[in-house]
Amino acid sequence: MIDNHILAPIFVQLFTAIIQLICWRKTVTQRYLSVGGSLIGLMVAFRLFGRVQESGILTMNAANWDAPFGIVFVADMLSVTLVLLTSIACFAVSLFSSVGLSRQRMLYGYFPIFHFLIMGLHGAFLTGDIFNLYVYFEVIIISSFVLMTLGGRKAQLEGAVKYMAMNILASMFFLTGIGMLYGITGSLNMADLSIRIQEVQNKALIGITSCFFLIGFGIKSAVFPLYYWLPSSYHTPPSAVAATFGGLLTKVGIYAMLRVFSLIFVPDDFIRTLLMVIAVFTILTGALGALIKTNIRRFFSYLIVCHIGFMMGGIAMFSKVALMGAVFYLIHDIMVKTNMFLVAGLIRQLGGTMDMSKLGGLYRNYPKISLLIAIVLFSLVGIPPLSGFWPKVFLFQEAFAQHQYFYVAALIIGSFITLYVIANMWVQVFWKNIPPSAETENLFAPMPPYKKILMVLPIGLMALVTLYIGLNAEAIVKIADIISTQLIDPSAYIDAVLGNKTD
Amino acid sequence: MELLLVLVLGLLYAAGIYLVLRRSMVRLLLGIMLLSNGANVLIFVIGNITKGSPPVIGSMEKVFQEVYADPIPQALILTAIVISFGLTSFAIVLLKRVYALVDSDDLDDLNTPEEEDI
Repeated sequence: MIDNHILAPIFVQLFTAIIQLICWRKTVTQRYLSVGGSLIGLMVAFRLFGRVQESGILTMNAANWDAPFGIVFVADMLSVTLVLLTSIACFAVSLFSSVGLSRQRMLYGYFPIFHFLIMGLHGAFLTGDIFNLYVYFEVIIISSFVLMTLGGRKAQLEGAVKYMAMNILASMFFLTGIGMLYGITGSLNMADLSIRIQEVQNKALIGITSCFFLIGFGIKSAVFPLYYWLPSSYHTPPSAVAATFGGLLTKVGIYAMLRVFSLIFVPDDFIRTLLMVIAVFTILTGALGALIKTNIRRFFSYLIVCHIGFMMGGIAMFSKVALMGAVFYLIHDIMVKTNMFLVAGLIRQLGGTMDMSKLGGLYRNYPKISLLIAIVLFSLVGIPPLSGFWPKVFLFQEAFAQHQYFYVAALIIGSFITLYVIANMWVQVFWKNIPPSAETENLFAPMPPYKKILMVLPIGLMALVTLYIGLNAEAIVKIADIISTQLIDPSAYIDAVLGNKTD
Repeated sequence: MELLLVLVLGLLYAAGIYLVLRRSMVRLLLGIMLLSNGANVLIFVIGNITKGSPPVIGSMEKVFQEVYADPIPQALILTAIVISFGLTSFAIVLLKRVYALVDSDDLDDLNTPEEEDI
């Protein structure tokens, strides 16, 4: 079905950013615009989600060029779910950043760039053209470069160099892959590619091309041999920025991998083994890295890497149940990881530092906020009724069915280390008394009440969504079921894209 | 002509990757530039390098009768050039700024333990 509303989430973000650019240096106006724009974006995303749930896959041909020739936008279940989650995260982060950022950063255009970043994310999720995906990736990385360097502290710039070098390298690999793919098939439309790639005789060339995509997306999503840029840069920007990055940017890599490897390069045994090895090592190295760090945001960064491995394993097993697990984990992960970095920002405000050895006594001083944070942390670990638990059930089930015992072991070790690290953090930050030697300052107490509310509210909102995902898992399982069915059998996607002729 | 371009693009990729693997920031920058040019040449070669055969169909014909220069890769290159121009200029400014702060060209010196911000 042709539906021009697909572009609405992108345009809402674009116009929010443009209007904010007009209000340059008026930080108060920009804050209102940002929260308002995100709220409208959230409503639009809800509506799009409803439409897709009602009437199946929607497409939109740009400038009325029929499908394989023009650029096409596709809203299938996976895309709209991710757009919806991105909008929720965007709303929460824009609330948080309206008080959690220094005025200096807002003066130099934090808000417009943030909305350009979200626009890039929406576009990447909704496009059905592989070169257009590349362009949206570039929108994302150039905005993230600016967000990462904004403020210009030394540590930030140093982190940005590593982040920039690896991300540009990833784009080059991706672009090379696209060039080769166009050379082989003569098409850029992903649905069309899916058909044409099956007619190509030279399978070795396709294998090499798929490796280019694997490396490009692997760097973006921070998998095992390519993840070093992430823990060395994600702890440097302000928490609001780190929340956007940690929750959303690595997940775009996972999304692109899900899309490209289900639609264009259906994984053969070699690629599946490769993905599985990568997944196991990603889980193990991420978990081990998280064990030794004492700075909260540093071990959160390693936990991102560890949990990317869970999803990679789901893609590697490539069956309906495994993809259900991976997609469910993706849904849970976007919410929880974004919230975790917001929590880190709140802890920094409460205790004046992010070094666990210098923190303490938060539970005694702030019991209500501590309980709220506990919900987030328990969801992350996956204590049974909460959201992190359900996807692992599917992943375990499929791993046993396919006799992937290394992955099972890695999954168990990864989950246990996550539990240990979070328990350790709970003891250190919330239960332990404040160490007498530490000179910490509480930045939270002197704040006016509306600022306190704006700081805790987004965390509460996201925690509510996480609780909904966990306690109403059946609904999410249904969504994940539809998504994995569409991923395993892309004929519905292909029909929806190529069947829409305008004449 | 095509063979020459293929050799050039191989050289660009090789030199780019070699430079990216160095520890110096300036070399990293040059490597990124060479790699992006290599990718552009790759896409250019893919679009059939033919002389004097524009992608225009004669009024009597329905489909192309002979080899023509594919216009899509050229549109792709144009986009890619603009993007890589933006990225490169950002990279230059960033690296200059880092050099001014750290006073070193060595990527291994970028490990200041100082952190702590909101």
